[in-house]
Formats: sequence, C-alpha cells, structure tokens
Amino acid sequence: MFRTALRNLLAHKTRLMMTALAVLLGTAFVSGTLVFSDSVNSAFRNKMAKSLDDVAVSVTAGRPTTALKEKDALDSRVVETVRALPGVASVRPSVSGTVMVADKQNNPAGSEWGSSGANFVPGANGKDSRYPIVKGRGPAGEGEIVLDARTAAKTGAEVGGTVRLAIDGPVMTKKLVGIAETDDPKVSAGGSLALFDTATAQKLLGVRGQFNELVVSATPGTDQRKLTAAVRDALPKNAFRTQSGKELAAEESKAIDKETSSIRNTFLAFAGIALFVGVFIIANTFTMLIAQRSREIALLRAVGASRRQVVRSVLIEAGLLGLVASAVGFVLGLGVATGLRAVLNSAGADLPDGPLVVEPMSALTALGVGVVVTVLAAWLPSRKAAKIAPVEALAAAEQPPAPRGLLLRNSLGAVLTAAGVAIMLYVTTLKDSGGLEIAMAGAALTMAGVIVLAPLLSRPFVHLFARATGRLTGVSGKLAKENALRNPRRTAATASALMIGLSLITGLTVVAVSADRGVAKMGQQDLTADYKVTSANFGGLSTDIARTLAKEPGVTAAVPLRSVGFQSSDEPALAYAADIASLGKVADIRFVSGSPADVRKGTVAVSDQYAKERGLKVGSTLPMDFYDGEKAAPKVAAVYAKNDVVSAVLTTPSLVDPHLEKVRDDEVLVKAAPGKAGELRAKIKETLGGNPLIKVQSQDDLRRSEAGSIEDVLFLMYGLLGMAVVIAVVGVVNTLAMSVFERTREIGMLRAIGLARTGVKQMVRLESVMIAMFGAVLGVGVGIFLAWSGGHLVRSSFPQYEMVVPWARIAVFLLIALAVGVLAAVWPARRAAKLNMLESIGAQ
Amino acid sequence: MSHAAAFPLAQAPTGAVAARATELSKVYGQGETRVTALDSVSVEFRRGEFTAIMGPSGSGKSTLMHCLAGLDSVSSGSARIGDVELASLGDRQLTRLRRDRIGFVFQAFNLLPTLTALENITLPMDIAGRKPDQQWLDMVVGTVGLSGRLTHRPSQLSGGQQQRVAVARALAARPEIIFADEPTGNLDSRSGAELLGFLHESVRALQQTIVMVTHDPVAASYADRVIFLADGRVVDEMREPTADAVLDRMKRFDAKGRTS
Repeated sequence: MFRTALRNLLAHKTRLMMTALAVLLGTAFVSGTLVFSDSVNSAFRNKMAKSLDDVAVSVTAGRPTTALKEKDALDSRVVETVRALPGVASVRPSVSGTVMVADKQNNPAGSEWGSSGANFVPGANGKDSRYPIVKGRGPAGEGEIVLDARTAAKTGAEVGGTVRLAIDGPVMTKKLVGIAETDDPKVSAGGSLALFDTATAQKLLGVRGQFNELVVSATPGTDQRKLTAAVRDALPKNAFRTQSGKELAAEESKAIDKETSSIRNTFLAFAGIALFVGVFIIANTFTMLIAQRSREIALLRAVGASRRQVVRSVLIEAGLLGLVASAVGFVLGLGVATGLRAVLNSAGADLPDGPLVVEPMSALTALGVGVVVTVLAAWLPSRKAAKIAPVEALAAAEQPPAPRGLLLRNSLGAVLTAAGVAIMLYVTTLKDSGGLEIAMAGAALTMAGVIVLAPLLSRPFVHLFARATGRLTGVSGKLAKENALRNPRRTAATASALMIGLSLITGLTVVAVSADRGVAKMGQQDLTADYKVTSANFGGLSTDIARTLAKEPGVTAAVPLRSVGFQSSDEPALAYAADIASLGKVADIRFVSGSPADVRKGTVAVSDQYAKERGLKVGSTLPMDFYDGEKAAPKVAAVYAKNDVVSAVLTTPSLVDPHLEKVRDDEVLVKAAPGKAGELRAKIKETLGGNPLIKVQSQDDLRRSEAGSIEDVLFLMYGLLGMAVVIAVVGVVNTLAMSVFERTREIGMLRAIGLARTGVKQMVRLESVMIAMFGAVLGVGVGIFLAWSGGHLVRSSFPQYEMVVPWARIAVFLLIALAVGVLAAVWPARRAAKLNMLESIGAQ
Repeated sequence: MSHAAAFPLAQAPTGAVAARATELSKVYGQGETRVTALDSVSVEFRRGEFTAIMGPSGSGKSTLMHCLAGLDSVSSGSARIGDVELASLGDRQLTRLRRDRIGFVFQAFNLLPTLTALENITLPMDIAGRKPDQQWLDMVVGTVGLSGRLTHRPSQLSGGQQQRVAVARALAARPEIIFADEPTGNLDSRSGAELLGFLHESVRALQQTIVMVTHDPVAASYADRVIFLADGRVVDEMREPTADAVLDRMKRFDAKGRTS
C-alpha cells in the first residue's frame, strides 16, 4: 500500500501542487514564528549575558531616590563595607535615571522607554570598563556630558559642542566631551545614553551621596553564591535587594521569555488560522482525487485490498504530501523569520540583531504540524474511498456519483448556527466584560455553523449572482452557474476558506473602527482644554510648569493634575488631585450629588461608577491604603458622573501629595483664551524652553495618537490574516484547476459546438468569481454580526464605543474578493482554453 | 449498389456542395513517428444528402471528418464548408463557423450534465446569443420524440434518449451540415436503429445534410451514399447501400489486407 500511495503521489504531483502550497504556507508561518522567537530570545539573552558578564553581586536600593532614612541609604559607607569583604574585586556604585536628550527638533533623541542616564565611574586608569570611551574623554565636572554615538549624531553635536537635555524639569545645556560605547540592550534597542560624573549624576538623577545600585565583581575563584550571602549579611537587613549575577540573569531571562513567548503565541494563533484554512483545501483536493480515482480504488478492492488498506493508502499519500510540503515550508520559514524581524523593526520594534537560531524542535514542530494537519484533513475523504464498492470497477461507463443528501449536514449546520447565534445574542445582554470566553465560543460556533451550512447557502447565492449578472455574461455565466452548483460541497468548502479570513478581517475592522470612533468621541466629550501638556518619559512634570503656563498671556487656565495609586479593600484605584474650582475650566465634570465646594482637605469626590462598585454615597467613608504604607479614611463629599479626565477618585492635592515620592504633575490641561488656541502651542513649547521632555498635544493630536495605534494594530492584523486569505486563494485556484480537469470532455464538446476560447475562459472566470464572492459575502456578513454582538462586551467597559460599519472599507474587501476571483481563475482558465478539442472529447 | 462508380465522384445528386475536400492531406508527427492519416483525399458532400464514411480502424475516416468540420487543421490541400476555405480561418472564425454552420453528434458525452434536455438543445444558439426559432424547435423536438422529456437532465435519460437530444441539438440550429461521429457506437441495436431512423428522416423531411462516420454496416445502410476509406485514401463509393453490400465491401478490406 505504501508503494501505491507513493505512486499516486508522484502521478498527481501537478494536481497536488496547490494543496502542497497550502500546507507549505501554513508551516512556513509556523516555523517562521518559532525560529523568529527563538532568534530574538537568544539575541536578547546574548545581550543580557554580555551586560551581566562581570556582575557577581548586585545591591540595589530598596526604594530608589528621595527621602530614604539614613540607615537605608545606599551611600559611600555601604560601598566601603562591601568593598572590604573578602573575594570582592571591585565595587561599581552606579546612579541611573531617565535623561531625555534633545535632538535637532527638540524631540527626545531616544525612545520614550530607553532614554537613560548614568554616572561614569573611572577606575584607576581613568577608564570605566562598562562605558569605554571611543572619542574624547570621560565627563568630569557638572557641565560635561558623554553620549553614545547614535544619540550624539541625532543631536548634531560634535565633541566639544553643546547638548540640550532635560531630566524632569527645565532644559539644561551640557558640553559634549566624549562618545562612549555601551552594550546596554535598552540603548541599542533605540534608547539613548547620557553619562555624567558621579556627583552630577547623583544631583540630577537621585540624591546627593546616594547610589541606585552597587555592582560587585568577584576575584577569580570566588563562589558567587557565598559572596552574595556574605554581602547580604554585611548590610542592614531588608534595606537593600542583594542578588547574585546568576539570579539577575535568571530574572531577566524570565522576563525575556515572557515577552518573546507572547509575541510567539500571537503569531502562532494566526498561523493556526492559516492552517485551519488550509484544511479545507486539503480536504477538497483529496475528495476530488478520490472521486477521480474511484475506479482505480474499486479495482484495488476487487483484487483483494481491504477497506483499511485503501484508507491507509490515502492517509499515507496525505502524510507524504504533508511531509514534503512542510519540509519546504520549514525552509521558507527561515526566510519568514528573517523578514519578520525586518518588518517589525521597521515598525519600530527595536529588536536586537543576532543570528537565526534554528532549534531542532522548531523543525520537528513544523514537520509534525504539517503532516498531522494534512492527514487529519484527508481523513474524511479517505473514509469515502473506503466506501467505494469493488463492483464499481466493472461499471461500463463512469456514472457521476449520486448526489448525497445534505439533510444531515444541513440539520447539523442549522443547530450549530442557531447555538452560535443564540450565544452571541446572549452576549449582547452581558453587562460586564467577563463574557469574553463565552463570546469566543459563540463566535467559533457561529462560524462553524455557517461553514457547515455553506453548501445549502451556496445555491440561492449563486442563483442570485447569476441572475444579477446574467445579462452581462450570457451563456458563459449560465454554464458557470451550473458548474458552481454542480458540487455544492466543493464550492462551499472553497468559499469557506475565504470566508474564515474575511470574517475575521471584517469583524476586527468593524470593532476597530467603532473603537476609533469611540476614542474620538471620548477626547471631545469630557475634555474642554485646548492642550494637554505631559512628560514624554511618563515621569511627570515639575510643578513649576503649571505655574509658568498660568502666567502666560493667552492662557485662560492651566490646571495641573496629579494622581496616586491606592487600594481600598485590596482593590487598586487611582486618586486624582486638582484644584476642583479651576478643573471645571478645562474639563466637563458633572456632579450628580453633593457639592464640589465641599471637596477639600480630608474629603474626596468619587465617580458614580466607583460609588456604585464600592457602595459609596455622599457622607460615607472611603478607606484608602496608600502604597507607602500610610492609610487614610476621607469622607465622600460629592459624586460626579464617570468621565475620561479623572477616574475613580478626585480630591485635593493635600490628600495626594504626602504619598508621592516626588510631587510632580501627571499633566497640565491648558485652556486658551478665545481665539488664541492656534498660536498657543508654539508659545507653550517656547515658554518651556524647547524641552524635549515636554509633549504638547492638542485634542486632535490626542485623538490621532489613540486612533493611530488602533489603526497600526489593525494593519498588523490585516497582514497576519492576509496569509489565511492567500491560502484561500490557493484553494480557489486548486478547485478551478481540478474542475477544469474533470470537465475536460465537456469543455472539448463546448468548443466543438462553437463556444470560443474567450467563452471558455469567461466560464471558468465566472465560476471563480462566484465562489470568491460567495466566500466574501458570507465572511462579511458573519464578521459584521460577530462584531455587532461582540461589540457589546467592549461597550461595557468603554461606553463611548458605538458600532460603526465602515461600508467603504467593506466595499473594498468585496472588490478585493472580486479581484481574487478573477486572478485565481487566470491559470485554470488559460488551461481550459488551451485544451485540445479532439483529445478532450476523446478523454476518459 | 453502384459500388463500381467512378472515383472520385462521377454523378452528383441534386443540390449544391455543402462540404468539399480537395487534395486534402493530414500528417501527424515528424521523422520516424510521421503518420499520414489522410493522403490527398478529394471528396464532396452535397446538400440534402446523408453520407456515411466507412473504413477499417486507422483508415482516416475520423480525421477526414475532423478536418472537414474545422475541429482539426489540415496539412495540405483544401477543406471547405460551402464556399469557405477552412485553412484561411483563425481559431475565432473557425469557432464561429462551427457554431453557426455546423452541427455535431459525437459517440458519447454529447450533453452537459448540468443542463436540461431543452437547454442542451438550445446551447449552440445560446452561445451565439440567438433566439431559437420556436416553430422549428417544436418540430425538431417532435421529430426526435422528446416532447415529454425536455426538462429532464441527461442523467435522467437513457443512452438512446441522450443521443436523440444530441441530434435535436444539431438540428435545432439549422446548420448547413451535421457531422456525426459514431453516433450509435454506445447504443444497443434498437436505440441505434431508432436514432439512425431520425437521422434519415431529418434528411428526407428537413432537407438536412449529414456526414456520419461509422464502422457499422447496418448504420451505413441508412445513408444515401457510402464513402470507403483505407490508408488515408478514398478507395470506393457506394450509392443506395444495403447492409449486406457494405459488409461485403468491408470484408474485402480484411481479405486483401491492403487495398489501394
């Protein structure tokens, strides 16, 4: 039987090409994802290992920066204590923080998360092994700075020139005295590095005389674990975090794994969708092959092959096909992995460079997945092969198989669809977002139901389509219609493959566009300010900024907002502090009970939603546990309607400030005098000294930045789902090629009685378009339904969400489906038109 | 009877020439695999005549029909339908010629399984975008005895009925000439006789011109005239044939092996 399977595989290799392509693309996606995530993971690890190379022990301050009690301070006394321990080769006390260096346009030169600053620690030879100076010299003195080469280039400054930077407040200028190298992954991944001498770094980034971290390196032969224990024992209990280099490495590895595995799992989910689509194509091919080969199989049965042997032969053939296709797919996957990194990097992912890492497991997984998927998909068709009776070998002429009833299938499809729709309708009644799993199950059931029902639905659709286009397409259209209807299962399976991709694309598009609209509404709804001033490093703004802006001519109000996290009965929430009287000038906050005037020291206002959740009303007490260990129990003085400017709790700065490490504003909301809004933006920037740290955003900017990220994610999804669509297109080509092959004699006869080549082409093309449009219409319909019903979940946590169907974009999807139909038909149609008439008529 | 008639064609019956082959040759392959299927054949088919082409396997009878019907190209010489020289036509024009002026009945697989009998009958006109002449259509359908089965699909018809649908299709478009390639090859003798009766009748009653390739002497006996081919040449001709006479003539091929 193995030989029969192999022979069959070889005999039909061109016909199996399209199927192989479907498997190949799916496995390329899988193996590409696996190799990509392994490579990125290993690149990250290499980077990390390099930077932790000479770290034997690390001591970090329990809570960095400000206001540490004397005994907890990581100061030079601690450095000396550690340095005196046996086995310690050196101690590198470091200070680190965020430093935003201004580029030529006064924007941050580094990424928001990677703009780091540190101290330069020269050894006895004047060099710092961690930051080798490649040009100029190390920083010495308050006015000097050293940058990494890329950042220096962005500022446009040469060594000896001046650099503008900001840390948490005003802009400073420093003299660039050197260029340093670093292997800090944050920096190489798009950040920036600024080095100062230790005293300056402490002054700018921390507290004078204190450090963030001590990096201890050991003398050769010292046991890292013992040294760590010794350091731990030598220092005051619980004041610092003491970790060995190995522990640090393990911790970072875990973080890296977590990060890469989340990317990997997302991509694998899409690869799964692509493979699932592939299943339809494989099943279709094997069904057709077995139908074509039924006499052959009957002959095998007649000469004594058992049913089991026939099934096994088909499955072996599928397995071989899967193996070959996934082996090629795996190789293609290496290309995908390389491309993926390039694509993500160009989208700003800042992935480190490194060689492609091909784990044997990736290869095995790709091959395994390819073979298993192909064999599973061929399983149902193989059962059909087993049902072929030996007597069919003796049948004089080939009889088309009697159309099997679709009753069972339709009943099953109706039940599945009804169940799915019922679940989705139930989801629309859910009030909270906890119904995600239910909605996913409902969506899966609905899609499965529609797939099962597709043969039934194909009939009215094809009739309708043919009627709509009948005048234009004439006899070719009529013949195409009959061909599409001839085997509803095949038409449906081909269309379903396209439907899956398109329903996901449509559903995501509708939800994304609706969310986008919601975001746009949100920005306009509660915020009446013209500009929002924030810090680019999320570190907050100096309180001077609000005061400066308030004095600016043309500014009606500049209201600072700050916030602090707290827990109430272990539930985390955020308390905002603002001057409540002036908050009304920049935001529309409606009080539903109590009076805003009563909100003063020792009282709070809460949102109606939070009040409901916590059972609060005016006069009740809100217990607050702050993260610095302090507690408070202010009275609720007022309740306001939930809004997007201040979340759960609004109070006065007097309640919030004591619990902040540094009193800084999260944002300053600026309302311009009437007619002055336009010119104010430049003025604000100017007033704040062209500070790279400070972001000034108008309402439009805010809307665009939110909307932009939604669009970006949507386009990434399009890209990933595009693979599923490509495989579906392969399926359409496959089905058409097979049907042209099956209808060779019909086509020959049609040509003989006078159908021109163009007519034959048109016939194949129209069948293709009908299949593609059927899949597209089903997909768009299902997608819109799922987006509508699932959208209720979004609304529960995002009340501005409003279902918007982007008809223009959906029309584009349908046009693309039309184009897909035409394109998929190019090759089969050409083949059909080229058929030799006489040979075709005589073909068996 | 008159199988002693002169060759290529001595006496012509009434009516113009519907199709004509002159010095027609057809060669397949090159070099060692070169096969001459037709060797300078000259023959005429007149309007309103039912001609059978006979000959042993490989005599070139099907090739002659294919060349005359515009299904296959000729190597040299001329093939004409009416006044039209087929060699001068491109694929598109040939297709139109077949559609508008020629009818076909094949041995098997004449019908599209997805279309009803009536749709199959009107298919050539559908392709041409013409409306069928309803009166004529009714007469043709009536003549071949399919009135009650027009909405049936081919799978619901017997083999004989299917071939009658094919004949009706060939007649319905009123072609100048109908080519039939072993139309009874797949039928039992009763259905075959019935079908041949219809072909004969369509020539008599509807003045149709039919050229039929067959290897069955009984089938040939329904024709007005039989052309015998051997080794790619026309070797004999018989008017008013009977099955026995044709059989005798055919036996001579077997006996002599090769005739020239």
